[in-house]
Formats: sequence, C-alpha cells, structure tokens
Amino acid sequence: MEIIFGLITFSLTVAVLFLLAFVWAVRSHQYDDTYTPAVRMLFEDNETQAPTEQPQ
Amino acid sequence: MQPPELTNRVNITAAHTHTHTACTHCGDDCPEQPVVLHDKPFCCQGCKAVYELLEANNLCTYYSLSEEHPGQKVKEVELPGRFDYLDEESVQAQLLSFHSDKLARLTLTLPQMHCASCIYLLENLYKLNPGVSESRVNFLRKEISISYVPSETSLKEVVKLLTALGYEPQITLAELGAQPNHGSRAIYYKLGLAGFCFGNVMLLAFPDYLSFTDELAREFGRFFGYISLVLALPVLLYSAQDFYRSAWAGIRQRYINLDFPISLGLTALFGVSTYEILSGTGPGYLDSFTGLVFFMLIGKWVQQRTYEALRFDRDFTSYFPVAVTLLTKEGEKSVSVKDLQVGHRIVVRNQEVIPADAMLMRGTGQIDYSFVSGESVPVAKVAGEVVYAGGRQVGEAVELEVVREVSQGYLTQLWNNPAFQKAEKQTLETYANKVGRYFVGATLLIAAGAIAYWLPRNQHMMWRAFTSVLVIACPCALSLATPFALGSALTAFGRRKFFLKNSAVAEILGRATTIVFDKTGTLTDVKQSAVEYLGPTLTLREQQAVAAVVRQSTHPLSQRLAQELPQSSFAVVDFLEVPGQGLRGTVDGLVVKVGSAAFVGAAPVAPQASGTSDNMQSRVYVSLDNDLGGCYMFRNVYRQNLREVLADLGKRYRLAVLSGDNDTEQERLRELFGPKAELRFRQTPQNKLDYIAELKRQGDTVIMIGDGLNDAGALQQADAGIALTDTLSNFSPACDAILDASSFGQLNTFLKFTQDCLQVVLGTFVLSFIYNGIGLGLAVQGKFTPIVSAILMPISSLSVMLFATLLVRLAAYQRKL
Repeated sequence: MEIIFGLITFSLTVAVLFLLAFVWAVRSHQYDDTYTPAVRMLFEDNETQAPTEQPQ
Repeated sequence: MQPPELTNRVNITAAHTHTHTACTHCGDDCPEQPVVLHDKPFCCQGCKAVYELLEANNLCTYYSLSEEHPGQKVKEVELPGRFDYLDEESVQAQLLSFHSDKLARLTLTLPQMHCASCIYLLENLYKLNPGVSESRVNFLRKEISISYVPSETSLKEVVKLLTALGYEPQITLAELGAQPNHGSRAIYYKLGLAGFCFGNVMLLAFPDYLSFTDELAREFGRFFGYISLVLALPVLLYSAQDFYRSAWAGIRQRYINLDFPISLGLTALFGVSTYEILSGTGPGYLDSFTGLVFFMLIGKWVQQRTYEALRFDRDFTSYFPVAVTLLTKEGEKSVSVKDLQVGHRIVVRNQEVIPADAMLMRGTGQIDYSFVSGESVPVAKVAGEVVYAGGRQVGEAVELEVVREVSQGYLTQLWNNPAFQKAEKQTLETYANKVGRYFVGATLLIAAGAIAYWLPRNQHMMWRAFTSVLVIACPCALSLATPFALGSALTAFGRRKFFLKNSAVAEILGRATTIVFDKTGTLTDVKQSAVEYLGPTLTLREQQAVAAVVRQSTHPLSQRLAQELPQSSFAVVDFLEVPGQGLRGTVDGLVVKVGSAAFVGAAPVAPQASGTSDNMQSRVYVSLDNDLGGCYMFRNVYRQNLREVLADLGKRYRLAVLSGDNDTEQERLRELFGPKAELRFRQTPQNKLDYIAELKRQGDTVIMIGDGLNDAGALQQADAGIALTDTLSNFSPACDAILDASSFGQLNTFLKFTQDCLQVVLGTFVLSFIYNGIGLGLAVQGKFTPIVSAILMPISSLSVMLFATLLVRLAAYQRKL
C-alpha cells in the first residue's frame, strides 16, 4: 500500500500544475475581458492579423 | 439634426419618393432626398464620408457584422485646432502609458462603442492609418489600447481618425495621468487557491468518512491529516485574509460586523482541526474549513461584480477639458488646464467648457450652465462679468482672464466638502451586519451554556461541545444570502438600464423613506421642449425662411426651433448673429429677424394674451421684412409618465424638489407633487447638500435623484444617489446608481422590487438559521462530527445560494423586470 504515498504526491503535483496554469491565466489578463475575445475570433483571419510589416 | 449647411449643398443624384429610407451608415431616417453613393442612401455627408473611407480600405465587413446599422452619426462640427493640445509634450506624457521613438502606447475610452462591428472596425485601425501598429478593444470597459509609431503618425492624427469614424475618445482632466486600472485580480487568485485546496482536502477526507477499514485509517490517517493541514494553511493565510481584515477593522471602530462571527468560526474550525490532527485524536474539519472559505469567496466575488464600462466615481475633472488655449505674447498656445494660473488670458471657443472661474475680457459670452447649475437657458455675459467654471460657451470665441485657479473655483469648491472625503461611506447598517451581531451574542451564550452543562459531567465532551458550537456558529449561509439575492437583483435592474454600483445600494433603496429630485434635466427633459407659436399665422414660405435663419445658429433655442419648422433648401445671405440678442438674415429676399423682443422691435406679448401665467418662459420673437410676426414660446417638458410615477411614489415616500432654477414652475410642480412635498428653488449645490444632510439628521433614509454637477454634492451626501442620464455613455457625476432616462417611468417598480429583494434576504436568513439550529442542536450534545459538518456546510451554502437567486428572479418576473 506504500504506493498510495507516491500516487498522492503525484496527483497533488498535477493539481498544483493546474493551479499554476490558472494563476498564469489570471496574470495574462484573461479574466480582465471576458467578452471581446469571443467576438474577435469570429472575424476573418486574414483581416484581423496584425500586419507583420508596416504597409506603405 | 444634421449640420444645416450640408443639406443645402447636397447633390441629389436620385430622388426617393418613400420617406423612410434608413441611412446605410447610421440607420437613421434619411431626408426625403438622401445623399447617394453607389445606390446606397445616406442621411448626411458625414455618414457618406465614413462609408467612403471604409470602402476604400476594404472594411465594409463593418456593415455586415451586426444586424442593425452599426454606424455613429458624426455630429460634431469640425473645429479648427480642436485637438491641437494633443501635440503638447506635457499632455502626451500624461496620456501615453509607454513612449519611445519607435513606439507609443495608450488606452482611450470610447463611450460610443456598442457592437461587434465596432470591435471589428476599431481593431482594424491599422488599415486606415498605417502608423498604427496595433489596436485592441476591451469591450466591457469600452476601452481601446492603441500602439502607434510616433515617427509615422501622431496622437492627434489617431484621435482625429477615431473622431472621424464617430468614436470620439473621452479625454478629460480625469484621464490625465490616470493609468487604466484593471480591477482587482486578487479575488480570482484567492478563489482559485481556495477551490484547489478545497477539492484536494475533500478527496483526502473521503476515505475517512467511508472508513473502508480501520486499518487503512490508522496507516494513512496521519499522512492524510498532515497533507490536509499543509493545503489548508494557504487558505487561512491568503484566501481568508479579507474576512479577518474586515472583522478587525470593525472591532477597531467598536463595531461588530458579520465578518466577526465568520472569523471566529473559521479560527475555531482551523484550531480544532490542527489540534486533532497533530494530537492524532481525529481527522479534523479541514474540508469544511476550506469549503466554507471557498463558498464565501464566491459570495464576495458576486458582490464585487459590477458594470465595468460605467464609472460611479467621477468628479468635476471628468467634465473639464484637458487643455485650453492660452494667449501669450507669442500667440495662441495650448496648455494643460492644470497649469492655469490666475491672470492667464485664455480663449474659449464655441462648445468649449470654461475650465476656471474667469473674467470675460472680450466677446459676448453665451454660457450654458445647464449642467452646472440647472438653469435651462444659456446666460448672456458681457465683458467685465465673471463667468464660472463648468459653463459651456455657445457662440463666438471669447477671451477670458482667469481669476481663480481650477481647484479653487466656485464649482470645484464643492468637492472640498467632507461628504467627498469619506472614501467608503457606511451610511446604513446592513441587515446582515445587524443580524451578525445578535448571532455573536447568541453563539457565545450557547457555547457558555454547553460548558456549564458538560463541565460537571464530562470534561472531554465539554471541550468538544464548546468548539463545535463555535464551529457551527460560523454564519456562512447567512453571509451568502445578501450577495446572491441582491446580485440577482442587480442583473434584473441592469436589463432595465438601471445600474447599481453594488448590491449594498439595492438594500438602501429598499429601505428609503424620502426621495429628493432635482428639476432641470431630472424632472424635465432638456432635449425636448414644447414649442408654441403665438401671433399672426406664418405662411409655409415664411416658416421656411425662419427655419433657414435659425439653422445657422448654434444657440440651443435656435436649434430646437429649427427642428420644429419645415425644412427647405433656401440659402441665407447677410447672416448676422448678435449673441444674447438674436439673429438676422435675408432669405429669398425676405429680411428675417429672430430673437429677443427688443432685438426684433416687438413689445413683449402680454401675459394675459397668452392665456398662461407669465413665468418668463423662454421666448423667441420673429419679424419679417420689419413686420412684426409672432413669438415662439419654449416650455419645459416634464418627463413622460412623471405624473404616474410621482402619484405612486407620493403614497409611500416623502418627496422633495431642489431646483437650481427660478420658481416659475412652482405651480406646476406643486400640482404634480401634491401639497405635502417640499419645493425649493434657486438652490446652490451647497444648499442641496445641506438640505440632504438635514433630512438625514432627522432620521430619514434619503434617495437623491439628479443629473448634473450641481447635484454632485447632494448625490454624495444622500444615502443613495441616483444619476439620471439620457445617454449612458455621457458624463454622470459620482453616484451610487445610474438610471437611463428611458427607464424613469419604472422608478416606482424598481423601488418596490428592492423591497421584495429585502424580504427574500430576510427569508434566506431564516433558512440559514434553520441550518445553524440543526448544527447547534447536534453541537451542544457533542454529536457534531466532521462528517456531519462536511454534509451540512455545503448543503446549507448551496441551498441558500439557490434559494436567494431563484426567489429574486421570481420577484423580478412578477414585477415584469
């Protein structure tokens, strides 16, 4: 049954990774605006791409 | 109204006979002969110009993204040098969040943003101005972050482009130096951490509850216990911080709020659990502890949610311009308003706001104080008179000499009142806090009782019963009742365009006893006024001639009259506007004079002749070819449904009116408000504030409903200040709630609904007491075990959330909200 110790340690590690992912999501402004990205993704791709080089 | 000069120049390429053609750009009705481009009708040249611009840049997707016409009518007349101040280094330094030679970045507020098309267009700015490298919209906050290359374009160009598209950024004194504040993310971290710990601690607690075998428990019990303890520690130290802080703040003010019993319960839970785990006497209640914190944080989160695009904390700086044109020996110069000093000479042009109290030096002032003082008609000022900050000049450019610095002005002085100093006003004790206090008393009493009972019988049981009572006394369900009930109420109000700052406001509204109204702009609708004509009948041609003349003027009365009169394509020659007096022009050979009685050479119409009491209503006299015509009378129009609303409110509330205007409307108001209402006229902003303070001293709970800066003090002083606004995107002073004018008729329903909500809250309190009662019953007998706690806590929390939300929705449905 000693395997339980290993399993729990492992499962907690995975859970902590998810917690860190959540923290990262909050830090990268993903909870600041919960509306615009949903609309933005519906625009045509070729039009919403920010130009990589400045058009003249 | 479209700019008058445009209609006359319209090049008609196709005649549409049907009258209701929607403009391709803005969707408004087109005039009978619309402007046409590629077979598409437009209501005015401004709209057509925007369409052409978008078409040339292949951005017509703009028009297909939303069902309705997304465009904004381009209203403002282009004033030369209007955005020149944006070239100033000092202004730029305060507006830009980042600045280098290669890149500049800033965030602007665009109140006009309203649909998916707006997002599309605004994020494609780089196609319209190659100097813009990126633009990102935050729709909920109605903000746009723009990055541009300073060497290729300038801030002024970017703002001009936005304005040309119909999205004029809101750049006022308040925006200067204020960096975008992206709310508080702390609640998300706390909630996330608590949720994570709750889930894992619960998993670890399961084997114990199911107790497969005692052997298993012995082997792993300690290990699970220690891990749970490690997981619960961050919840105590970080996630639960706010409860302890709030309780401590309460105690320091010799005041016990609901967070006090919560903190007590949490401490007891954690303490008992730690003791049990470390001593090996039991599994502890850590799953209940983390669960409690998690659920209560959800309550806090619901409570904090608010309308991000609306600002409830605006003061005069949000109304004042950023820059002003300063006259120096070297010529005109744009300077920041903050740098204005006494003695400076400034120029204020048509439609600009006067930034500081100043002496009029040259030109004729025609100052619209409607927003500041509540006077509905612009006041004429001549050289030598003092004009106060906040007024808007209508007409020619005037030269002023500053006599008081911006912060010392007549209007801005109001903000020095202590009513504005309190950061968080705690005017009313919430039910939750009141109940919380009794809760503490009852709990401690029962805990003492349990000790007294068990002390002689069983020492171990005494200790157990005592801690159990403290644990169960944590009023978790109680603390969830208010946020969830009132949070749902906020959503219901939001649908009806009544936006509350937070849920506490709903509770205050439900308990109000007195409602105080401002007059101009609140009871009356400034945009509408009834126009009556008195005198010899004018022919259609004469009416059109008058219309052509008044259309040349920016004076509000002229514009109102122009709306009323038939349109024509007559050209006006010889036009002259004498500010404060009237207009003169020749139309089709007819000399038209419009203005005051003296200006047109008329004797004022005798009051008896008009059949109404003479109350100095705004009048405009007309003469044609020096033959006296009649006069147009403008009457304040009260809002629709005002009579019904007041009749209903009058039954349940004390009503009062505070008007900055003169008492000409007294009789009509008296009739509307009934004999008991208090009517006060010629009230300064300070008077209004004092009146509210006096009402509060008498023990009334006061709602103030106002609209302008002159009400700002009263709105702040009142228990709940409601700002009424015609367009939500417009400036509204600091307040607790913003009400869209179109929903004014439902005010009474709103207030009744808040009372329903309070009953729901009280009902939910009863429900949570039942849970606490069950828990206490078990606790005093010493039968309160971790498993009972683990079942009771989530059930009570969830059922309270559900109960509160559903009942409030039901109430909203019944009130048809």
